[in-house]
Amino acid sequence: MANIRIDVELDCKGMFCPMPIVQLKKATKTMKPMQVLRLTATDPGSVRDVPAWASKTGNKILESSEDSGVFTFLIEVS
Amino acid sequence: MSEKPKKMAIIVHSGTLDKLYPVFMLSSTGGAMDAEVHLFFTFWGLNALKKGGLESAKLPGVMSLGTGMMKDRIKKVNVPSLPELLKMCRSTGNVKIYACSTTMAIMDVKKEDLIPEVDDIVGAATFLDIAMDADVQLFI
Repeated sequence: MANIRIDVELDCKGMFCPMPIVQLKKATKTMKPMQVLRLTATDPGSVRDVPAWASKTGNKILESSEDSGVFTFLIEVS
Repeated sequence: MSEKPKKMAIIVHSGTLDKLYPVFMLSSTGGAMDAEVHLFFTFWGLNALKKGGLESAKLPGVMSLGTGMMKDRIKKVNVPSLPELLKMCRSTGNVKIYACSTTMAIMDVKKEDLIPEVDDIVGAATFLDIAMDADVQLFI
């Protein structure tokens, strides 16, 4: 994770479905291909929701992790 | 986008808070997932498209007494209100809103009574034309 350059930070902690996904779409809309967004969220639904969103929108999850209830995703924009 | 956009077609028949939430949650999420979302508001659902309709939606039947409490809980856990969800739907650029013309006639609702987010006033054939090749079809 240390070697990946983060272009955009998106903090969705404390938000529930559908907010993190809607915010994620909004944030990635203005990003360029190959840029990386780091999403942090606490909604347990995001564990499956974020990969589902990525598979439908063609974006790539580089890494995902969990640390004491906070889920972190690194997403490369296509 | 990796493939042809997916399509969602939803008949919104209910006008109560508990049913309108799933409609707008699925629609805002679908829009954010690059799906084309088509919402066809009919019968009690049409009330949601009237000016002030989303704000005044209540829980069904006797549970309507608990609407305020439910809205407080929704606010407390940071879940958006129905008007906020509608705004999110529209901000994706992928969610289309249709009002059923027959319901408008039955309930004497005029075009100017509806919120400006309504894209069109249509009939069953328009919905079916959209729904027949949609990937998700729901009746809520």
